[in-house]
Amino acid sequence: MLKKITTPLTDKITRSLKTGDEALISGIIYTARDAAHKRLVFDMKKPPLNLKDQIIYYCGPTPAMPGRAVGSAGPTTSSRMDGFIAVLLKAGLKGMIGKGPRSKEARALMKKHKAVYFVATGGAGALLARHIRSSKIVAYPELGPEAIHEFNVLDFPVIVANDTKGRDIFEEGIKKYRRKSK
Amino acid sequence: MREIEAKKIIETVKDLCIQANYELSDDVLYLLNEALKKERSANAREIIRELISNADIAKKVRYPICQDTGLALIFIELGQDVRITGGDLTEAVNEGVSRGYKEGYLRKSVVNDPFFRKNTNDNAPALIHTEIIPGDKIKITFMAKGGGCENVGAFKMFKPGASREEIEEFVVETVKTAGANPCPPIMVGVGIGGNQENSALLAKKALLREAGKLSSNKDTHKMEKELLVKINDLGIGPEGLGGTMTALSVHIETAPCHIASLPVTVSIDCHAHRVKHEVI
Repeated sequence: MLKKITTPLTDKITRSLKTGDEALISGIIYTARDAAHKRLVFDMKKPPLNLKDQIIYYCGPTPAMPGRAVGSAGPTTSSRMDGFIAVLLKAGLKGMIGKGPRSKEARALMKKHKAVYFVATGGAGALLARHIRSSKIVAYPELGPEAIHEFNVLDFPVIVANDTKGRDIFEEGIKKYRRKSK
Repeated sequence: MREIEAKKIIETVKDLCIQANYELSDDVLYLLNEALKKERSANAREIIRELISNADIAKKVRYPICQDTGLALIFIELGQDVRITGGDLTEAVNEGVSRGYKEGYLRKSVVNDPFFRKNTNDNAPALIHTEIIPGDKIKITFMAKGGGCENVGAFKMFKPGASREEIEEFVVETVKTAGANPCPPIMVGVGIGGNQENSALLAKKALLREAGKLSSNKDTHKMEKELLVKINDLGIGPEGLGGTMTALSVHIETAPCHIASLPVTVSIDCHAHRVKHEVI
């Protein structure tokens, strides 16, 4: 089912999303990947941004060409961020966008905090960039491509991978198509 | 002796970096279109359509195919009758990478040290492999290798008596463990033989082969075909969401090895398989 959602991502929205739903996200989302997560967790007593009801996009974009909002901007592998999310969810983070499955521990934390995990198509950074209307760096500029960017997105296409009930699209999908080799 | 100016090498490397990151090669596009016909999951077909459309946007509207524009792998086949003038080869290659990544608006994804991790801000140094060959030409091959797929490669030293089935099982298991992370449908490169570092290089060289072109060796060819079926039976599918197209192609390279050893390396590349070469 295709759902249009607008950030901030409230509990009401996350509860309405089910694993397998296609969604189009509009509004503000924040990028952060490995280095920014390390810094964020360290700075959690005085965080550089308010994470309540926000979405973090695991992405380090290419530099924007002159006159453009952003360069290529697809998702990176989410599992590398699994060890960092406990404190971020505690601070109110409600959604994450990335690619690939999450650990059991990360999924349990999402369920507990009523947060969801979306996947965007990995390696489709050109196509996804077209849904980003503006971009600015809001924290850790010294990290270069790993700085935290604030993206204003319009109909950014994602699929719900883990919903608040703890379902997992990867387990369900792969089971359906696995065949016994001869 | 044929003289080639270092300047020419800088320009060639720069152009290869940009071209590879903006224009997905015809061989890869062909395999993606074939995957679209073969894939049985409707959702997975939708993803493959997105990937084909992404390649089209990248080329025509000028966005890099993927935001991970890779570590720059440079393979040089240097003719022994070539003399490079006006600079040295390694510096010229790194200068080409630096210019290509800056002028091409590509992401700088290299850090100076595994622990201090300070971005070098120009994507240099490249990883350069040079081979001296007969002739008076230089062939430069560029590969943009993303982190997600590089992280899931594997090496195993088998006993010399290991069967083909055991090795196939290791390759399939590596792909299974990798799951969604390397951005399937993937390209699988396998290096069998040589020694530890040589098998890793063979696996990378296998990935440099024209995508979908199977080995000319009959036994290797058969193994490549069998492995592709086994890998696609895993059900991982595009982006790991389930489907019948997990890999686009499996390429194997083999080499002589020690009587005591049978090294095997698996190197995986994502569907944004960016390889370009140029002969000077």
